[in-house]
Amino acid sequence: MIRLSHHLTDPLIRSNPVTLQILGICSALAVTTALATALTMAAALIFVLCASAAIISAIRRHIPHAIRLILQITIIATLVIVTDEVLRAYAFEISQRLSIFVGLIVTNCIVLGRAEGFAMHHPVGPSILDALGNALGYGLVLVIVATIRELFGTGRLLGIPMLPLAEQGGWFEPLRLMQLAPSAFFIIGLMIWAIRTARPEQVERPEHRLLSRQGEARP
Amino acid sequence: MAEARGPWARFLARPNEDPVKALGMAGLVALGAALTVSTAATLLKPRQAANLEAARAARMEAMIEALPGLREVMEETGVTELQSRLVDLETGRMLPGGVMAVDAEQAARDPGTGIELPPEADIAGIGRRERVAAIHLLERDGALALVVLPMRGAGYQSTIHALLALEADLDTVAALTVTEQGETPGLGAQIERADWQALWPGRRIADDSGTIRIEVVRGAATTPYEVDGISGATRTGNGVTAMLRFWMGPWGYGPFLDRLAGEGAG
Repeated sequence: MIRLSHHLTDPLIRSNPVTLQILGICSALAVTTALATALTMAAALIFVLCASAAIISAIRRHIPHAIRLILQITIIATLVIVTDEVLRAYAFEISQRLSIFVGLIVTNCIVLGRAEGFAMHHPVGPSILDALGNALGYGLVLVIVATIRELFGTGRLLGIPMLPLAEQGGWFEPLRLMQLAPSAFFIIGLMIWAIRTARPEQVERPEHRLLSRQGEARP
Repeated sequence: MAEARGPWARFLARPNEDPVKALGMAGLVALGAALTVSTAATLLKPRQAANLEAARAARMEAMIEALPGLREVMEETGVTELQSRLVDLETGRMLPGGVMAVDAEQAARDPGTGIELPPEADIAGIGRRERVAAIHLLERDGALALVVLPMRGAGYQSTIHALLALEADLDTVAALTVTEQGETPGLGAQIERADWQALWPGRRIADDSGTIRIEVVRGAATTPYEVDGISGATRTGNGVTAMLRFWMGPWGYGPFLDRLAGEGAG
């Protein structure tokens, strides 16, 4: 079990899908204006990722190589549609606020990435742990970003007032920028910076280097 | 050996490069996916419909709340909700009988209850229109106080559904509420915001000669027939304009409103 547990804990920070692999950014921008939507989105992703990893891993020996992506996407899309239907039935208001972003889990790179990169080659147990770890890593980033954005953008958390607003006689002036998409970029950028400062091995090597001009022949 | 095994085991034992296996797996996965999705959709449908109905009722309630003085009128006269009536759109006559909960779009699609619109009349881009529409009336001391007309039209990427409330002169907008839309989040979808819908009360549909002039303009409104557009959502605004012009015109509620105005005068 100890040998397996790194599948679960690694993706939380060390190889977090959002901050290291920069995957799933689009939905991380869109659903993090409030903590409630971020939590719902994280729960939806945890379910889709774990279930798709389990199914794909279970039938991995019988997936023909040529059509594997089609089969993976079909399975993922099915799970996403079911999730969306359940949300619309049992969490109607939140599903209205998440609008298309639940449906867009199909195209979330993390899901297909873990299916293709891990579940296709590993047994069911480790695949589920890996999926859970990655989904939690994504959820963790979502929750951190959403907490910052909702708290400083509106002075509330989960809709409950936390900071006394200036317009009601308090001292806190909501930062409108926090409710706009760019602020999610800033926060994720700062998180990536912080993690890579603490763990310099994550820093990517520059793709292009200026060549030295020494020895350049000129007629 | 192979003969001892069932067809299922033989299928699974085929190499993955085998076309039969590829087709078979694709079929099996597709079948499983189709069954799962249709089961979920069928089982959850009643709950979702109830949610949508509740949301629609809440929007109606919000519109009643938003109309100046309407709540008081309703309390005074003891009316707890708007009166719903069926209207034959072609003749403009109100039909006797109660209103069933029929989806207007579904009614429009059915050849028995809907008609195909000629392309030149179909400015709202809806293709077909129901023959009979459910409208809502509010009367005060026996006189008409408010008419609420449901309408829909093509926006930029979705069908916009709205309720238009007209005052007793059948020309002044009392409120416009967008009840359903799927426009671009952050741009066109702002038509659902209360602050945009608050621009509508007091606008006029037609000028004194009867020409329909209501319009969502780009930028700021300058006349009583204009409403500020949303920047970045010109085509959604155009969709709302076309929707209002269609439904207020001869192919929409025109005959009904004419008849209502005639009755009021006579």
